[in-house]
Amino acid sequence: MNKELTKNLASGHSACAGCAFPTIVRTILGESDVPVVISNATGCLEVTSTLYPYTAWKVPYIHNAFENAAATISGVERAYKILKKKGKIKKEIKFVTFAGDGGTYDIGFQSLSGALERGHNFLYVCYDNGGYMNTGNQRSSATPFGAATETTPSGKMSFGKMEVRKNLMDIAAAHGVPYAAQANVAYLPDLKKKARKALETEGPTFLLVFSPCTNNWKFPTSQFVSIAKLATETNFWPLYEIEKGKYKINWATEKPKPVEEFLKTQGRFKHLFSEKNKPVIGQIQKMVDAEFRRLASLVE
Amino acid sequence: MYKNMTKNSKKLALTGGYAAAEALKQINPDVMAVYPITPQTPIIEVFSKFKSDGEVDTEVIHVESEHSAISACVGSSAAGARTVTATSSQGLALMNEILYIASGLRRPILMLVSARALAAPLNIHGDHSDVMGARDSGWVQIFCSTPQEVYDKTIVGMKLAEKVKLPVMVIMDGFNTSHSVENMEILEKEAVQKFVGEYSPEKYLLDIDNPVTFGPVALQNSYFEFRKDLSDAFDTVEGELEKIYEEYGHISGRSYKKIEKYKLEDAEKILVAMGSVGGTIKDAIDKLREDGEKVGLLEISLFRPFPYEEVKKALKDTKEVIVLDRNLAFGTKQVLASEISHSIGKKVKSVVYGLGGRDTFQKQIMDLVKGDNQSGYLL
Repeated sequence: MNKELTKNLASGHSACAGCAFPTIVRTILGESDVPVVISNATGCLEVTSTLYPYTAWKVPYIHNAFENAAATISGVERAYKILKKKGKIKKEIKFVTFAGDGGTYDIGFQSLSGALERGHNFLYVCYDNGGYMNTGNQRSSATPFGAATETTPSGKMSFGKMEVRKNLMDIAAAHGVPYAAQANVAYLPDLKKKARKALETEGPTFLLVFSPCTNNWKFPTSQFVSIAKLATETNFWPLYEIEKGKYKINWATEKPKPVEEFLKTQGRFKHLFSEKNKPVIGQIQKMVDAEFRRLASLVE
Repeated sequence: MYKNMTKNSKKLALTGGYAAAEALKQINPDVMAVYPITPQTPIIEVFSKFKSDGEVDTEVIHVESEHSAISACVGSSAAGARTVTATSSQGLALMNEILYIASGLRRPILMLVSARALAAPLNIHGDHSDVMGARDSGWVQIFCSTPQEVYDKTIVGMKLAEKVKLPVMVIMDGFNTSHSVENMEILEKEAVQKFVGEYSPEKYLLDIDNPVTFGPVALQNSYFEFRKDLSDAFDTVEGELEKIYEEYGHISGRSYKKIEKYKLEDAEKILVAMGSVGGTIKDAIDKLREDGEKVGLLEISLFRPFPYEEVKKALKDTKEVIVLDRNLAFGTKQVLASEISHSIGKKVKSVVYGLGGRDTFQKQIMDLVKGDNQSGYLL
């Protein structure tokens, strides 16, 4: 494999073929011009990259537990601050946390909020695959409305998850962080730009990255980029950033594709195409349109 | 036993909490991550004032929960920084998950605990329910019975943690010790600094030229060995602690042991206890001895690892052993009583006292020794 590409995260990890996060991790870390230290929440990325006695990490890495990746990096970052002041550490180092949506939206929510509020100098990256994929596809508060998971299965009385996703971007921004951005693995130049900006910004920064899961969204491994692309082309996952409170949409089209185009590519939405559930697709379309309008209204 | 080698040691009247903060100030750790909880708060308040007045260099991280406090400590320690924290009760219970990770990752974190009752019902006063809940989490546990001991064992605990690469809890009784003022003696900062020495970890995250992965997944083929290694590390603690106490005796003039004996030589009845109740028991013993009762006290200072051999030796010739637990174990024998019983290979008389800050009086101890209280409780 390309040596430059794998200089931080090596090949040989055991992530699924067609998984998005190796690309996300490599792309983001590739934008740091100085050494990085990583903290990682329990999840797919952690278990597939650190199976003892092997590690795919060529950079210093710590996994503590599921809900505390942000608290852990808080300790690392402050240790750096004091040891640098004392002259024990000389080099410039950047700190990056990776966590899935379960470790960010749900169980790690408080830890993230605390770290953002305290203003640690670090980048928090949430790779959002919309559920607890490491434990076999259970719903999280990031799971999209209408998606079937093992804990929100579709059935006679249910069309899947009945609640709307938590808006984590606005919550992160409400902490007054200098930079937060929503990105997508299918748009690497945009992701690179955002990663660089986040890494170069002093203080806590936040990236929410769309990360398709072949196994539990149920699509062929070759399709993760094209499906991710459809998420943005349908406005299901707009690319935008919030810089010092100012919203900017990074990709838009006059004619977004119908959300159905995105939904029909994945097994988790298959049940929505039955006669009974068809209205749910209309509902999702309305939600997507409303959210995009809201977002557009926030842009000055 | 030892002569005080420090010329400028100071006599002060301090609470246990303040004594802990004073010791921490003199250690001047790199990082302290903390969250407030009664009765631990005086420690972090006093320390934060030291920070505000520029008396310490420590990075104090005021986190949003005890779970994050210990999580940040694991991060800081793995990064290569000398790391401390403090907590009590619900806070220690909330930390529970990460206590195991701190020891599993062999992080030499020092934690001061003002031991307090656990809810429900809610109670902010002293007992040992919290620390007993953490007794098998892979942390060394050292009990203190006075503010002087808190000061001394905080310094000793820091050195021990880094020597044996295990996290250490230094435990004082909430309120009884943490908020009680006692005349005590502190060392010069330089003497403490020299005693604890420079912390230089072998492997740490900020050593970016030698990247390490902390906290990997270990499955059926290796997990067992990791846990056994951790268990084996506990075998080194007693020996190292003895050496460190010896060394500390030379600079402080104060001598400490894993267990402390009071009038045991000819004792036919021996009380066994931990923490602040020791003072009350000693007074009771003095009175009982005036009446001809041959009674003594064995105080357990090192609770994890448990010093079975020393305890066995100390109790071998006595007729009756009465063990006082400041914790109620449910559906089983009391914790300290079980340990003592295991040490000497015979039954002991087990008594629970002091839950939720309930006072323990001299007379209760005297009645207990005389056999007038067979209830199993000092209610």
